[in-house]
Amino acid sequence: MSTPNRQDPPVRGVLGYGAYLPYRRLDRAAIAPVAGGGGGRGTRTVASFDEDTTTMGVEAARDALRAAPHVRPRSLLFATVAPAYADRTNATAVHAALRLPADVAAIDAAGSVRSAAGLLRLALDGGTSALVVASDLRGGLPGSGDEAAGGDGASALLVGSSDDGPVLAEYLGGASATAEFVDRWRAPGEARSKLWEDKFGEKHYLAAGRQAWTDALKNVGLTADQVDHVAVTGLHARAVAGLGRSLGVRDGVLADGLGATVGVTGAAHPGLLLASELDTLAETGGSAADRIVAVVVLSDGAEVFVFRTTDALEAYTPARPVADQVAGGAPIPYGTFLAWRGMLPVEPPRRPEPARTSSSAAARSAEWKFGFVGSRDRSSGAVHLPPARVSMRGGAVDDMEPVPMADAVGTVKTFTIDRMAYSPSPPVVFAVVDFDRGGRLPIELTDVDADRVRVGDRVEPTFRRVGTADGIHNYFWKARPVRDAAPTRSAQSAREA
Amino acid sequence: MGSHGIKDRVAIVGMGCTPFVEAWDKGTDDLLIDAARETFASAGVAKDDVDAFWLGTAQAGMSGMLLSKPLQLENKPVTRVENMCATGSEALRQAAYAVASGAYDVAMAIGVEKVKDGGYQGLNAFPVPGDGTARTLTAAAMFSMVAPAYGRRYGVSDDEMRAVLSHIASKNHYNGARNPRAQFRREIAPEKISAMPKLAGQLGVFDCAGVADGAAAAIVVRAEDAYRYTDKPVFIKALSMVAGNGSGVIDPEYDYTTFWEIAACAEDAYRQAGVADPRAEIAMAEVHDCFTPTELVLMEDLRFADRGTAWKEVLAGAFDLGGRLPVNPDGGLKSFGHPVGASGLRMAFEAWLQLRGEAPPERRIPETGRTLALTHNLGGYPGEMVSFIAILGSGRG
Repeated sequence: MSTPNRQDPPVRGVLGYGAYLPYRRLDRAAIAPVAGGGGGRGTRTVASFDEDTTTMGVEAARDALRAAPHVRPRSLLFATVAPAYADRTNATAVHAALRLPADVAAIDAAGSVRSAAGLLRLALDGGTSALVVASDLRGGLPGSGDEAAGGDGASALLVGSSDDGPVLAEYLGGASATAEFVDRWRAPGEARSKLWEDKFGEKHYLAAGRQAWTDALKNVGLTADQVDHVAVTGLHARAVAGLGRSLGVRDGVLADGLGATVGVTGAAHPGLLLASELDTLAETGGSAADRIVAVVVLSDGAEVFVFRTTDALEAYTPARPVADQVAGGAPIPYGTFLAWRGMLPVEPPRRPEPARTSSSAAARSAEWKFGFVGSRDRSSGAVHLPPARVSMRGGAVDDMEPVPMADAVGTVKTFTIDRMAYSPSPPVVFAVVDFDRGGRLPIELTDVDADRVRVGDRVEPTFRRVGTADGIHNYFWKARPVRDAAPTRSAQSAREA
Repeated sequence: MGSHGIKDRVAIVGMGCTPFVEAWDKGTDDLLIDAARETFASAGVAKDDVDAFWLGTAQAGMSGMLLSKPLQLENKPVTRVENMCATGSEALRQAAYAVASGAYDVAMAIGVEKVKDGGYQGLNAFPVPGDGTARTLTAAAMFSMVAPAYGRRYGVSDDEMRAVLSHIASKNHYNGARNPRAQFRREIAPEKISAMPKLAGQLGVFDCAGVADGAAAAIVVRAEDAYRYTDKPVFIKALSMVAGNGSGVIDPEYDYTTFWEIAACAEDAYRQAGVADPRAEIAMAEVHDCFTPTELVLMEDLRFADRGTAWKEVLAGAFDLGGRLPVNPDGGLKSFGHPVGASGLRMAFEAWLQLRGEAPPERRIPETGRTLALTHNLGGYPGEMVSFIAILGSGRG
């Protein structure tokens, strides 16, 4: 029996998970005609102009918490190679958007793909529950290998023990192999990484990967042919492919690395591949338990994690399966991709740029700005977005209760397309949205094609970066079309539970 | 408690208005001096005869010294007021109330805006430090949402709505073509207006008010003193102001086919003036045609047409220069452009000319025996706006 009973000591593992892939897809074949080279086959995910590693991390983390609504993580651990800020903590914005209590620590690990694997290891080995969020924007100069091979996305793993809630995948153990060799390097702030000769890195990665894999199997008392699913990831494509071939696992055990559709999402990729594997198992229902799932991360050495799935995974329904997100994107022209990345300077709208956000005003309204919490007048029931002290109906003063709106679904009542408003990517599509459980908000739409919006469209809130002024990122919520029914169902059941 | 108004207690005895143009060669000081000089001359007063000043500007400058310095006023009270695009109207209201209170004998309301020095097309709001969650949409986009909402509610097809909006714009350009103070002085055929590329929603450039610099002013005195200054004073019948609570933006009951603040403001203004049937009593109106759908909805909120019928009346020419109730006979914001602090006083200036029979023959309103004019000025967006209405008359009682 894989799920421990009350006499068993608590086990640790994954209690919930989420993954986020942005809506846009770049066809790699579009690169070479412009850049003169590079590209290749397949597509990669592209973060929208209003997304960064913080906002993508929020989206992934929301799904992880939806999956385990009763688990309260004791810390939020955020890893990225492309932090939105230096000096200040990026995890605090994620923390605020998730409405985690102030006594939940929020910590960044920024700078390497390995940092995400490192936080996961700390969380799995640690004593309390933690939400491990990894988010990355991958790219390079036009025509580069990193631009084509990379992808943008985020993953979130809610780690804890069976005392915190049902464990979907028990952590059996793993191993590390740390190695110092410079096969890629980038000074902070630079747009591109530089690479050493390919076979040099491959040699070191294969050695580290084999060492960690052997140690991990030994530590958990398993042999390679007992492993049912293994995902290998890292930025060195030849090493990833080479190690996969030499793990000694059975045919069909090696997971699709999603390179053809998503690209390698750097720090986010280990969690993304684990989420994808768990999704696939969960959907098989009755046979999801007692499967051995391993993840191998090649970054400055290697990290290996070995899990065993539980009965709880059989009963689990993913909120937004990775496969659905992979299949659900829409294309973006290469020129727009370059413009969004700042690689192609385009003429800005001839309107004044928005002023920088007031830090004190933002701090006062953090529940609204980050948490998307409005207020409902207790006497009239009128919902106020943003929250108000005096009701618009009946005039009651300071008799409001908070109304969390982040999981609310609404309908487009009317909309407009503003071709003059300042935007990093005009035109602005803007809609008056009436939410199902009350409340109206005029709100910008995102991840839409302007000519396809209709009155009556169903939309849901998504956390975005509205803009940046004087280096201060302005985070707030927009609305995007509801593209599948699952998030609605999940949010509804979480609320009713 | 009540809104009692100051019917027939205050009169306008002099007005002036600069041309509203892209005044590249004039600064705020020049515009203020030009409008003030014309106004002093109109009333037959010198600046020292004026006891107090109210200066309306949204963002041309700060404090009363924006006026006292260029005019070299000595030891006079000058109050700067601001109420978004109703700023000029607000200056008139404050000056009139100050005289009605007995505090001053002679007051000046003057409004100015220097929009073109900003370096951008369109109006740009003064940046106020905030939490970054406020909308940054253009006014055109917000008002563009009125047209489809109205069409859906009253069964007006997209083509019919387009014809209505183009009629409104074409009418105002027709009137403006006959006004030497207007910036745009060319008639524009409705078909051309309809054919323009869209800037926001279904609105093209000719559905939007122009942008201009300008200034306008009025001298107000007690009604009993008015004939000492002119034999044709214009009496203030009502001054009504509503600052909306913004509920339309967040209330699902708001449907974008009306402006609640303006309907309430109109009721108050008609009550103050003792107007029972505006269609029978108002000779002309200057209204805030910032965008063509705005003027359409205003016709119903001001009770110039029954709900759901204004679009037909527009097409039938009811509000044309020779129609049953001429609206924007001076060409409106459409032809003048919109120097925010001055527009409300520019509207009053047209009422001043028309009620005194001084509008040139080519744009004079039909003789109906009606002696009242209405000016309407708004600031903000559908769902959250300030509204101002004045009712002015050529006689007392």
